[in-house]
Parts: sequence; structure tokens; C-alpha cells
Amino acid sequence: MTKTERKVHEPLFHISKRDAVSWKRALLVRVITVLGAFLVSGILSWILIGVDPFTFIGKLFEGIFGTERRIWVMLRNLSILLCIALALAPAFKMRFWNIGAEGQVLMGGLATAICMYYLGDKLPEPVVWLCMIVAGIAAGALWAVIPAIFKAFWNTNETLFTLMMNYIAMQLVSFFTNVWVKDGSGTLKNETHLHGIMLPQLGNMYLLPIIVVALLTAGMFVYLKYSKHGYELSVVGESENTARYIGIDVKKVIIRTMAVSGAICGVAGLLLTGAINGTVTTATAGGQGFTAIIVSWLGKFNPLYMILTSFLVVFLDRGMVPLNLTNDAFSAIITGIVFFIIIGCEFFLSYQIKRRHEKAQTVAAEPALIAETQGEARQIEGAETTSQTAEATAQEETQQGEERAQTPEEEDAALLRKIVDKTGEALKKGADAVADTAKKCAQKVKEGAQRCKAFLSEKFRRKDKPQGGEGPADETAETKETEKTDGEDKAE
Amino acid sequence: MNIISFIASAIRFSTVFLFGSTGETITEKSGHLNLGTPGIMCVGAAFGGWGGMIYVNAAAQINPFLAVFVPLLFTLLGSGLMGLLYSFLTVTLRANQNVTGLMITTFGVGLGKFIKANFGTEFDAAIGKLCGYFRASLPFADKLGWFGELFLSYGILVYLAIAVAIVASVCFSKTRMGLHLRAVGENPATADAAGVNVTGYRYTATIVGSAISGLGGLFYVFDYMGAWDSGLTSTEALGWLAVALVIFTMWKPWLGIFGSILFAALYLLPNYLDVTFAMRDIIKMLPYVVTVIVLVLTSMRKKRENQPPASLGLNYFREER
Repeated sequence: MTKTERKVHEPLFHISKRDAVSWKRALLVRVITVLGAFLVSGILSWILIGVDPFTFIGKLFEGIFGTERRIWVMLRNLSILLCIALALAPAFKMRFWNIGAEGQVLMGGLATAICMYYLGDKLPEPVVWLCMIVAGIAAGALWAVIPAIFKAFWNTNETLFTLMMNYIAMQLVSFFTNVWVKDGSGTLKNETHLHGIMLPQLGNMYLLPIIVVALLTAGMFVYLKYSKHGYELSVVGESENTARYIGIDVKKVIIRTMAVSGAICGVAGLLLTGAINGTVTTATAGGQGFTAIIVSWLGKFNPLYMILTSFLVVFLDRGMVPLNLTNDAFSAIITGIVFFIIIGCEFFLSYQIKRRHEKAQTVAAEPALIAETQGEARQIEGAETTSQTAEATAQEETQQGEERAQTPEEEDAALLRKIVDKTGEALKKGADAVADTAKKCAQKVKEGAQRCKAFLSEKFRRKDKPQGGEGPADETAETKETEKTDGEDKAE
Repeated sequence: MNIISFIASAIRFSTVFLFGSTGETITEKSGHLNLGTPGIMCVGAAFGGWGGMIYVNAAAQINPFLAVFVPLLFTLLGSGLMGLLYSFLTVTLRANQNVTGLMITTFGVGLGKFIKANFGTEFDAAIGKLCGYFRASLPFADKLGWFGELFLSYGILVYLAIAVAIVASVCFSKTRMGLHLRAVGENPATADAAGVNVTGYRYTATIVGSAISGLGGLFYVFDYMGAWDSGLTSTEALGWLAVALVIFTMWKPWLGIFGSILFAALYLLPNYLDVTFAMRDIIKMLPYVVTVIVLVLTSMRKKRENQPPASLGLNYFREER
């Protein structure tokens, strides 16, 4: 049978699903990925803005931990991003693609601002605070529940619906700003328009959001992992039919989960407006509603991992501050590249690539797979008496199974020895290969560095010339120069 | 308010949406929801400017054909590359489409700004020099009164957008290629079993779609504005409207021609009316509200030809059950 199969065209690479990877290995792969991504971004910074990788990464750390204020700002930004990501986690776990966090945050902020504007001068401050909290959370929840209802009852595409809700929220904020601000400046000021109301401070101006979000993180962890709601929403996410079959009210779960999701987004809006900015603008959420999707997804919807992923985002964003770039787009580019690499590497955790002729070897190297095939072989042995056809098709495999060992204990021992041997060999080979490549890489890097330096110095030299091309594109500079010489020729 | 000039400017402005939505429709027909379209439009604009700059610097005398063609080519290249990046991540590496798409938007806006900042004033000068060639209409257009203003007064890209939309529509419904593409978007497993190259179709559709979307950015900068869109904020916002338009037109590019004119009219209406800033915000909200209503109504009526492609947003893996 195998011989006839060989003749059939077999692609050079073959992708198949991996079994669950152990968490240690997964962590290792991720750490390596992040380090690799930083290395790439360091090299890019070298090429694009002329800051060498070590200075670059050093500056990133300086931007985060340089002064006490920077640490506080970092923690505050982290907490807001984490808050939005936390809000998205239950929705995504339910496979409800809520990309409307931006709008939900804005609505939370807007409702808070409405309370400040209309109630600020009429009620005592603590009552206003209470109104702000209730209104902010309710508005966020409302903005999320609207698409959820349509999804639950009519299966309306939630990705597109929530996306549109973002822009409606943005226009609403802009509408209220224009209604309230009469002087035509278009900016809503806390002192003049909102009666100077802010949520009370705890200790310093950064602590309140941090504490609220820390509590939310713990709460969300428990909610997703240990509560009945969390269980129900993950079942709905895995399979709606299964959920229905075991008696879960899918519609109710969808609407309830989205209400929770929106409410937490509302909290983020409340904190942004009531405790941090003191006002609301269309840029209050500042794209964090979208960034949080990436944070949440990369954190596998686990609140504890999400702390790490949101730190990574804030790190890249805030860390650029001491570089004093006139070109703020560089931060977006680096964030993009780092995340492309991380997103791409997730593939290698859930899939494996097998080369055509090494198939047998890869199977041998995977202990789990061997155990599986052996288990199958044993099952087939047992089934021999019951089914003739099974015997016919599986004869080959059963023979293999018999050849390997007689008793299961011996079988296991032999297998173990084999695995240990193989792993040892593989490790040795791997170590050799790594050392080899490292050497080569070092050499390459050295060469590359020299070439880069030569290139850069060339470039800057040209820049210094009055008529030289401004752009780093070599062609333009050259064409310019040729043009210039042409002109000179003509003049002559 | 002059009705004719209002409609004419709406038709002209609609090109931004039409390129964006036609490109996005082609991508979505293959089952990939590319939320990177706004970023791709920004990259398209920046690459167009880059190409224009290279051309202006290289050419002794500006040739009207090349003045349009070189930026066009650069735009197709730049936005096509973004499409390639997106499809490599989602088709080959099977990354989540929403996450990848949003990342493409962030990255694209950043890249667009970066390219501009890198070249500075030279970049603006090139756009200023070349925008006249993009806007050039037929010479006898203004002699034909309202007819000329309404149908003949636009630059080449406006007609190109309409042509692309019609060609895409015909391709979807009349050709074998279109049938295969729709099959891939509806049920990739079935298409695969029938011998259609799912990966190939998904790659091609995404790259071609992105390249077309990028032209929207090129048009906005070179024809409509005639200057660089600083910060790229409006290009990005228009990109999201283009994504909305895909839903509004129920995945039909020919309908997109009229839909985009309606969106453009709603977008420009506040400028032609004497209204307060607050009212303007309400009018600007309308395209999104209308899109939501269309989305809800189509999902309620459940007419099969108006539904999104069935596997929209889902990656295909042959060995998955």
C-alpha cells in the first residue's frame, strides 16, 4: 500500500496540526520570538533612523523606567490598555468578534462627560461621581448590547456591525462637543465646561486607574476560569450546537457576555474621562480599542498573559519617547513589525511542517505520536478476532507492533531508550548546528555592519552637499547628480 | 447651492470609496475580511507620491502619460505588497484575520507617514507638480454645458474606478474565474474538493483587491486634494467608509458605483448647506447609520444572494474537520 502511495504526487512540504504543545515549550518559543522581533526592530532602527540596535533597546528601557514619572505613566497606560483587552476577552472567547471597543470606550467617556456637564453644578460632588460611574458603565454596555441582540436573534455579522458603531460613537462625541463648546475652539475643557469635576485621587494622580484595573484583572480571571458564566461562554465559542444541546440558552449568553464586555469598556472610558483626561474627545480611545484586540488575542484571552502582552505594546509605544523622533510614525512601524513577527510565529505553535522524505524521522522524533500509533496497533491486535477487514488493512501495522516487543513494559522501556538516544543525538546535532550558524552569523553581521556603515557614511556625506538628494533612495540622489552634470555640460 | 456642481463633485469624490470598496469586495469574495484596507490606502497614497517624486526628479520634461503612469504603478506595487503581507499571514500562516487586518492598518498608516516624513518638501512639490495631469479632463468637456460637467469633467482615475467596478462585477457573475472565486469564499472545502486551487485564489484575490484599494489613496492625494493629507487621518477615515460601503452594496461592485456616489454626497453635503458644526456631525454620521441599517435588514430578510460570503473571516485548513 505504501508503495502505491509513494507514486502519487506528494508535495515537498506538508503542513499538519500539532498536538497541544507543553507550556514550557510554548513559552520558550514565544520568548525567542519576542527577542527575535526586538532584534529585527533594532536592526531596522539602525537602517532607518541611524540608531544602533543596542542604543535603541537601551533607549526603550530608558523611556519606560527612566524616571519615576515615566514608570507611573507607563503603569497607567498599561492599565487602560489592559482594561480594554480584559473587556474583549470574554467576547472573543465566545467567538464574538467585538471590534467595537473603541466605540464602547468613547460612549463610556461621553456618558461620563454628560453627567459632568449637566449635573456638575446641580448636585454635590459625591453624587455626581456616582452618576458618572453608573452612566459610564451603562453606556458602554448599551453600545455593546445593540450588536449582540442582532447577532443573537438574526445572526447579523458582528464584526461589521461593531465596526460601524465605533464611528457612530465618534460622531456623537464630536456632536456633543460642538453643542457644548460655544467659542468655536472645538475642545471641551474640564475647567470651563465640565465644572472642574474629576473622580477622587488616591495618593497620586495615577493610582486610581491602576488599582481599578488590577481588581478587574483578578475578577476577570476568576470569571473566565471558575464561574458558570465563563464556562457557558467558552462552550458557546467552541460550538453553538453543543451549547444548545446541553441546554445553554445561546442568545442569553451572547447578550450577557457582550453586556459584560461593553461595561468594562465603559469603565475604561470612565477612567479616561473622569480620572485621566478630565474631558472627552474623538481621540480619547486613541486607537487603543483596536490595539487591545491584538493584546487580547496574543494573550490567549488569559488575563494574566494579557498583562505581558499589553506591557509589550506600551513598552514599544512609550519607549520611543527618549529617542526624540520628529517622525512619530516610526513607533507605529516598529509596533507593526514586532506584532507581525509574533502573529506569524503563532503558526509554528499550532502547526508543524513536515518535509517529504523526512516524514518517518519526524514521526520517530515525536514521542506522543509514537505512543499514539502504538496504541492503535494494540487496539488493532485486540480487534483482530472481531473484524476480518480490519485485519486485512492493518496487517502491516500489527506486524510492526509485534516485532517491536512482547510485553507492554518491555515495549515501553525499549521505546524510552530509543527516544532518549534519539533526543541525545538530535540535541548534539542541534548544538553543533547552532554553534556553526552562530559563528557564520557573527561573521555575516560583522560584514553587514561594515557595509552598512560604509553605506550610511556615503549617504550622509551626500546629504551634506548642498544639491545632493535628500532621500535615502540611492537612485534619486544619483539621477540628481547626473542631471546636475548634464546641466553643467549644457552651460559649458 | 448649485445642484449640478454638487453632483459632479460627489461623483468625483466617490472615486475614493469606489476603488476602496471594489478592492475590498474582491478580497472578501475570497473569504478574507481585510480590515487593513484603510492602511493599504495610506500606503498606496505614499507610494504614489514616492513614485511621483522619483519621476519628477528623473525626467527632464514631464510626459503626461508617464506622469500618471509612474505613480499609478508605484501605488499598485506598494498596496499589492501590503496585500501579499496580509495574505501570507492569513492564508499561509493562518493568523487571525481581524487581528492581522487591524495590524496592517496601524502599520500602513505608520509606513505612509514615515515615507512622507523621510522625503519632506520634495514630496509635496512632486505632488503639486503632477496633480494637474491627474485632473486633466477631456478638452471639450467645458463646452458641453451641464452634460460635460456631469459626465466628462473628471480626471482619468474616476473613469478607471468605474471601469474596474464594472469589470469586477462581470467577472464575478459571468466568468468561470468569478465562479471559482465565489466558491472559495462560500465554502472552501467544497471548492477544494472540486479541484479549485483555494490558496491560489485567496492570494490572488487579496493582492489584486489590495492593489485596487490602494488606488483610492492615490486618487485622494493626487486628484482630489492635490496635496499630501497630513497625518493621513482623513485617508484612514475614508478607508473605513470604503469598508462600510462593501456591506452597504451587499458585495456587488456595480452597486458600489451608486453607493459610493451616495456616500460621497453625504460626506460633502455639509459643505454645501449652511448648517452648524453640530448638524454637520449628524450628517456625517449618516453613512455609518445607513450601513448598519442595511446590514441588519439583509440579515433579517435572509435573501441568499445578499448575504456576506459564508466563510468570510474564516481561514481554511484542508485537514481540519
